[in-house]
Amino acid sequence: MSKSTATRARPLSPHLQIYRVTPTMAMSIMHRITGVALYFGTALFALWLLAAAGTQEQFDFVNGLFGSWLGRLVLFGYTWVLLHHMLGGIRHLIWDTGHGLEKETSTRISSATLIGSVVLTLVVWVVGYAVRGGF
Amino acid sequence: MADMRTPLNRVRGLGSTRDGTEHFWRQRLTAVSNLPLILFFIGFVVAYSGAPYDEVRSALSNPIVTLLIAFALLSVLYHMRIGMQVVIEDYVHEEGWKIALILLNTFFPVVVGAIALFALLRIAFGG
Repeated sequence: MSKSTATRARPLSPHLQIYRVTPTMAMSIMHRITGVALYFGTALFALWLLAAAGTQEQFDFVNGLFGSWLGRLVLFGYTWVLLHHMLGGIRHLIWDTGHGLEKETSTRISSATLIGSVVLTLVVWVVGYAVRGGF
Repeated sequence: MADMRTPLNRVRGLGSTRDGTEHFWRQRLTAVSNLPLILFFIGFVVAYSGAPYDEVRSALSNPIVTLLIAFALLSVLYHMRIGMQVVIEDYVHEEGWKIALILLNTFFPVVVGAIALFALLRIAFGG
């Protein structure tokens, strides 16, 4: 008697692929993906600190890795991912207060997240190169 | 339908997981603390990326810098741990894999945090 229901396939609610992609949806997915990327990226900062706590040679080696073209590319991507997640987080905190949830407003601030993150990333790198010449 | 919950259970409002809104709240709490700490972090990294060994070490051993980076690490690592937990719970439904990943999800931030804080304190105390 207790087995009767589980054998038949249960109806499932529709999933992501049936919906038209909107800015709010795209930025929601991006928020999750950037969060996951940032998670693993923390190891890069731990590595840099560890190198700074080690010898001059170890520090120069890690600085060399980060300063290579691949290293710079990863760090540039990481900067954008961090700023995108940060702006997305601010948007979510605003939504948590019950503001900005109207259709047009939510779409506009979602698009602003993307544009803002690209602009801020460029600003951070321009300032970085102006200060130090990057890694 | 009759509500079978006890009055105490109802007034506590913790639900079937006995966890209430604690997870949601902590995600927001650490999101707010992350904001100023990450802004400081970005500023620090921009200022010291590519800087020579001695300069980076002397900057990191400034007590204010040491503390702000330590706070940033704790806030970020907690935030990302509970965030990744939701991702795992959303997509991994096989019980064995789920438990294994939930365990790893605690180990990873602890290991990253221990390494980073060890390095930070070693520099700060002039090791």
